[in-house]
Amino acid sequence: MTEAYIYDTVRTPRGKGKPDGTLHEVPAVRLSALALNELKTRNNLEGHAVEDVIWGNVTQVASQGACLARSAVLYSELDERIPGVSVNRFCASGLEAVNMAANQVKGGAGDAYIAGGVESMSRVPMGMDGGAIAADPFLAMKAYFVPQGISSDIIATEYGFSRDDCDAYAVESQKRAAAARADGRFKSVMTVRDQNGLTIMDQDEMIRETTMQTLGGLNPSFKAMGEVMPGFDAVALLKYPHLERINHVHHAGNSSGIADGAAAILIGNKEYGERMGLKPRARIKATAKIGTDPTIMLTGPVPATERVLQAAGMQIGDLDLFEVNEAFASVVLRFLQYFDADHDKTNVNGGAIAMGHPLGATGAVIISALLDELERSDKETGLATLCIGSGMGAATIIERV
Amino acid sequence: MKDFTYTVDADGVAIITWDCPDKSMNVLSFEALKDLDAHMDTALADDAVKGVIITSGKKDFAGGMDLNVLAQLKASAGDDPARGVFEGVMQMHAILRKIERAGMDPKTNKGGKPVACAMPGTGMGIGYEIPLACHRIFAADNPKAKIGLPEIMVGIFPGAGGTTRMVRKMGAMAAAPFLLEGKSVAPAKAKAAGMVDEVVPADELLSAAKDWVLNATDADIVKPWDVKGYKMPGGAPYHPAGFQTFVGAAAMIHAKTNGVYPAAKALLSAVYEGAQVPFDTALKIEARWFTSVIMNPSSSAMIRSLFLNKQALEKGAVRPADVPDQTVKKVGVLGAGMMGAGIALVSAKAGIEVVLIDQAQEAADRGKDYAATYMDKGIARRKATPEKKEALLSMITATTDLEALKGCDLIVEAVFEDPGVKAEMTKKVEAIVGDDCIFATNTSTLPITELAKASVRSDQFIGIHFFSPVEKMMLVEIIKGKETGDRAVAKALDFTRQIRKTPIVVNDARFFYANRCIIPYINEGIRMVGEGVSPALIEGAARLLGFPVGPLQLVDETSIDLGVKIAKATRAAMGDAYPDGAVDDVVFWMFDEGRLGRKSNAGFYDYDDKGKRSQLWPGLEAKYPLADDQPDLAEVQHRLMMAQVLEAVRAKEEGVLMDIREGDVGAILGWGFAPWSGGPFSWLDMIGAEKAVEICDGLTKTHGARFTTPDTLRDMAAKGDGFYTRFDAEQAA
Repeated sequence: MTEAYIYDTVRTPRGKGKPDGTLHEVPAVRLSALALNELKTRNNLEGHAVEDVIWGNVTQVASQGACLARSAVLYSELDERIPGVSVNRFCASGLEAVNMAANQVKGGAGDAYIAGGVESMSRVPMGMDGGAIAADPFLAMKAYFVPQGISSDIIATEYGFSRDDCDAYAVESQKRAAAARADGRFKSVMTVRDQNGLTIMDQDEMIRETTMQTLGGLNPSFKAMGEVMPGFDAVALLKYPHLERINHVHHAGNSSGIADGAAAILIGNKEYGERMGLKPRARIKATAKIGTDPTIMLTGPVPATERVLQAAGMQIGDLDLFEVNEAFASVVLRFLQYFDADHDKTNVNGGAIAMGHPLGATGAVIISALLDELERSDKETGLATLCIGSGMGAATIIERV
Repeated sequence: MKDFTYTVDADGVAIITWDCPDKSMNVLSFEALKDLDAHMDTALADDAVKGVIITSGKKDFAGGMDLNVLAQLKASAGDDPARGVFEGVMQMHAILRKIERAGMDPKTNKGGKPVACAMPGTGMGIGYEIPLACHRIFAADNPKAKIGLPEIMVGIFPGAGGTTRMVRKMGAMAAAPFLLEGKSVAPAKAKAAGMVDEVVPADELLSAAKDWVLNATDADIVKPWDVKGYKMPGGAPYHPAGFQTFVGAAAMIHAKTNGVYPAAKALLSAVYEGAQVPFDTALKIEARWFTSVIMNPSSSAMIRSLFLNKQALEKGAVRPADVPDQTVKKVGVLGAGMMGAGIALVSAKAGIEVVLIDQAQEAADRGKDYAATYMDKGIARRKATPEKKEALLSMITATTDLEALKGCDLIVEAVFEDPGVKAEMTKKVEAIVGDDCIFATNTSTLPITELAKASVRSDQFIGIHFFSPVEKMMLVEIIKGKETGDRAVAKALDFTRQIRKTPIVVNDARFFYANRCIIPYINEGIRMVGEGVSPALIEGAARLLGFPVGPLQLVDETSIDLGVKIAKATRAAMGDAYPDGAVDDVVFWMFDEGRLGRKSNAGFYDYDDKGKRSQLWPGLEAKYPLADDQPDLAEVQHRLMMAQVLEAVRAKEEGVLMDIREGDVGAILGWGFAPWSGGPFSWLDMIGAEKAVEICDGLTKTHGARFTTPDTLRDMAAKGDGFYTRFDAEQAA
């Protein structure tokens, strides 16, 4: 079968996803176009250079509505013959874009794709697109819907992660991210410039110094909605009747930050690289996605990883590095617990708890982080995986060439 | 055309009067609804008619729909009952919608005739859904009247447009207590809530309605939802505010119903889906969800037990027919403890003169104070007045003097659970009261036949078993001793009717009916603790079955020392056959630990300083470590369920229970047995005898003989029938 290779990865720095965030002034369509333009310039993507732009984007309304992918292409300097498709697999949208592009290439549907994603959470807040899963009584009750913050606390309760466990994980994530940024390890990060060439932002801005003490002062974020109004814990306990109560351990400091950002990855077959004069950086060895219990919702990385390992014919021990999206501390702790995986090989340069989680982009962001680090530390194979809303998981294994 | 009459007055106002012959309360049949429709047609076609008033010839407007209509609709489409129900409901929608549109032009909303509803009193169910379809609702200022949609309480929901109209009128949030809790209110509150438009003095009801009809303009009679640009109060589901409401509502209803009540779910879906479409489409959606509820076996079982059979029992379905009225005029209550005080309270509330006896005057007074405190709470909540309190207290004489019992026609003995004490009281009191006085004992554990031996008139001796707290618990278990006569039974039943409770009549046997079933439920929970099953799973499994209280919490409420006492007595009575040694190990250990339950602020649960349950006691796991292999949820549920259900079946087989209706109604009202199921016999019918046998055989294999499949179930599985098919056949025969 045809192989799919990663030729290049770019990402914007992640801005705080609030009105006082640096990227709040840049709309999602321009942020997308800036990433596409960067990829075009670095790889000389003239003319009808790729088959499609597959673009992860979660909240597809308002300024992210009407197929943002196509709008981003038209906003960018790419050829108008390149179409665009927005994909939504919640938090793994960016990874799903990469996986779809890789599988299209492997299946022979074109030589090359741009995959990636964007989210301007400061402009288009999470949940602005409504959704039957939460509001349609038949579905909400059939699926035992609870918001993902509650789910993260169910994981902590079910698998025995204390507030201290989660806080300690968060402190370490911040420490690693700060060190990595200082060390200049984020090679994929591009500078976001305005229309005059002036720099708006050139590095991640959400990393902060934290300690167990500072985190200890934060109130749990999901206690009120769990215990009081409207009382989601009671719904969770209907699905998990062996639990007496839900321990609310997550808060703003050990959960992923709300962020703005975009990432773009150039994926093609071998001939494409030869024709374009590009050197492949890694092979996309296997991809996977899976549905899981929607109530605990965020345990998908475990079965998705088992599935991708099976597809790749590999064991967990064969992997050199792991990127497990830090949606919530308990999500990564559960991954480490289940696979008995080494924290020293996992999220080695920090993750979304420190740098933020721009929903539609993050999957592509962590692929770029994984590849940058495999190269830096001269290792071979790595896995990227994310938990996903409504109970799903996605995973990808890449291998340097 | 009997239930509705039609007249047109001199001013051209058509008056349609609802007055079901031979009934004290209007109840709607399908035929009558068609009569109403025909009258509306007449009014709309007659140019001399300017408008219409729909009113009642009785003191109330209407009590609701005749629930037999649902059975008729089910049968109306042959082998496709869902179609019969759906089409029938759509016909109802068409009729009410015709009233609402009243001939107005579909585009301009002009040219319709005003239709007012004039409610002299209570309007419940369809008795409020018809008014909702009218253009203006006038209610007489009658504080005793109740207006509301109580359908949810019997396992269905308002299906004649009430759900859709109320939500569009008030918004989902404001309508929630009325639709989801079945709350009903007096006219003044109904007006404040926006349920009715005007409250007027009773004698001005018709004239006020008529004034309005004669002066109403085209704009006055158009419903907001029929005007272009209508927005739902509080927001439709995908309006930002509405979204939060609907997300929260789904979660709250899910949690509150433990996911086991199909009606609440279907109601919410009808509201959610209906809120996003035009009105007529919303009615169709409402009809589809309503049909799904009617077709759901849980709803049929709830209607049967909680409405039809409960009412039948209250109306004396099992009362000896040839005994004349036994209404109680003066009751003597022996023992002013918690039970005695509660019995005195409910009796006085029913207007019965009460003599409350205890050994010490202070104790008797404390018993009477219980009634005073109860009324004070009512006054604080504006449900009572100081005058009512005084009137009630004046009915109760608290004394130590047995002579005061002279003239009592009923004695209810609620003294210490000791056969000797009870026998002594029986003798003393019988010597004072008249020959025809009925003597009842409120024992919960002692055999009636044994206690009756102390009586010189054992045919007038009976058990009346109240549940605690008396003023809240709806069930009264009446127990016939071997010698108990029909007049004693009739007396107990008439007394129960007076105090507005629901009776069941059972024969005398250990623990009668309710406790006989509750004890194995509790024991099964405790037994599992001893086996190392997670206590949280035990309690969670019960909660998911729709039990209001898990077995461990129930022990805490009833107290461990009571458990110890019952265990010792049962062990003594049964000897080697005693099956619950494993349970006693846990119970006696808890007793030795001083964890007596809520009353000692320590039991299977921990309690905080204020007595609030905080968590399952961690000491349980220390003593009985969790087994590595936890059973799955279904197994725990089957154990908890079958422990009580099989006891109910055995009670029926042994003749303790004479009527499965009593078994079902008694279980729900007595100990909160999964109301969604309709009761233990309904539950067995719902899962089917074959499945029940399979479960029991499996449980017997893994957990022992207490789950042995009763012959009745095996026979039903072989014949493919069930308890109610047999019951119905017997009734028909």
